[in-house]
Amino acid sequence: MRKYTPKDDVQRKAPFSDRFFVSPNVPRTDISDDEIFSKDYEIFSSKFNVLQAFVEHTHLVIYIDKNDIVEVMNFLSNELEYDMLMEMSAIDYLAARDGYELFYEMLSLSKHKRLRIKCFLDKNDSVESLTSIFDSANWSEREMYDLLGVKVVNHPNMKRLIMPDDWYDHPLRKTYPLQGDEAASWYEVDKIFGKEARDIIGPEQRDPAAIDRYDTERFARLGHEVPFQTDITEFEPETSIQYQEEDTSKIMKTLKPEESVVLKRRR
Amino acid sequence: MAQHKVNYLQDGGAPIKLTTIDKLVNFGRSNSLWPMTYGLACCAIEMMATGASRYDFDRFGTIFRASPRQSDVLIIAGTLTKKHAEFMRRLYDQMPDPKWVISMGSCANTGGMFNTYATVQGADRIIPVDIYLPGCAPRPETLQYALMTLQRKIRKESIFRAHKKKRLV
Repeated sequence: MRKYTPKDDVQRKAPFSDRFFVSPNVPRTDISDDEIFSKDYEIFSSKFNVLQAFVEHTHLVIYIDKNDIVEVMNFLSNELEYDMLMEMSAIDYLAARDGYELFYEMLSLSKHKRLRIKCFLDKNDSVESLTSIFDSANWSEREMYDLLGVKVVNHPNMKRLIMPDDWYDHPLRKTYPLQGDEAASWYEVDKIFGKEARDIIGPEQRDPAAIDRYDTERFARLGHEVPFQTDITEFEPETSIQYQEEDTSKIMKTLKPEESVVLKRRR
Repeated sequence: MAQHKVNYLQDGGAPIKLTTIDKLVNFGRSNSLWPMTYGLACCAIEMMATGASRYDFDRFGTIFRASPRQSDVLIIAGTLTKKHAEFMRRLYDQMPDPKWVISMGSCANTGGMFNTYATVQGADRIIPVDIYLPGCAPRPETLQYALMTLQRKIRKESIFRAHKKKRLV
């Protein structure tokens, strides 16, 4: 099994680097190339503070200040006809920039255009909820809080969406270990039986190739399975049985090297 | 009163069957295993197929029940997440004794390919399991075989001895 190493600095240092890898750079085009986008952007930039804007993969991407988010969304849905919030979530930049980047994917059914609003949120900061404008934001914001720990204010039902309510930490953060921290690995035992049962049940067996030859039924020793709870640590008989089917069926025969003939030359 | 006398020695033997209580009770238990209608993931699709007409679980006397209080077999069909483990255990506790558990598929047996923070690494961490059925997902035939293996196991049990739980808690 691969050794577990702490992944605290996973964003600073890549675990593997390919010498010949060229990072794909998404080409960014100018907004003025697109007629509808340039019109929309003109109205938009006259009203709000835009940090950065470009067209990427036929999406208009606009970086705004996170305090403007509710007014921006209101404006986009009511004035510019971007009437659907397709998806929203956050990206973990805790290690690199000490915060999250939030993205909001919008779709205009009348214009057949897609637009992405982005904003940066500091680690300890919180963002305003969009549930008053888009119902779809309700679960998305809960998911965002659940998996990344982004704080959302004025949400009608702010609790975890996917993980259990008493789960510790936010699993989609890049620092979260894949196989869980201590609370995660003992979660079901602690919850059902209590912490006292940890010793009885034992730690999780996560090695897929693990074979315990002294397991309860002794499956690892073919032909020498024993009844449950028999002590077999002392008793280790020699066994000639190599296959489970040996001596059980008349038509099964094992090829023995001393009884077989090896042909030197093809006949 | 009797019009004719039955000659037990001649006419096919006495109408008496000798057996043990164990055999009689286990005959009843093993041939009317009622599993709970309870699916967790893709294995549940195979479990449903096993219960449906083509593979026909009913001919083993196995009829899915919609309540843990009426069932004696729990088929853990699918990935058991840590969030769900508590409810699984609660349902198991609600089943009346005697009860048996079939762990169906790799995920329920060992966590399978979900070697992650959110999956229970083997359902036997929370519930004592009688039959481990490998496969991903096991075919309906193998679930039938698991059930027949469970029947064989039950027929070997004694009703006067409480059968040993695999887990201590």
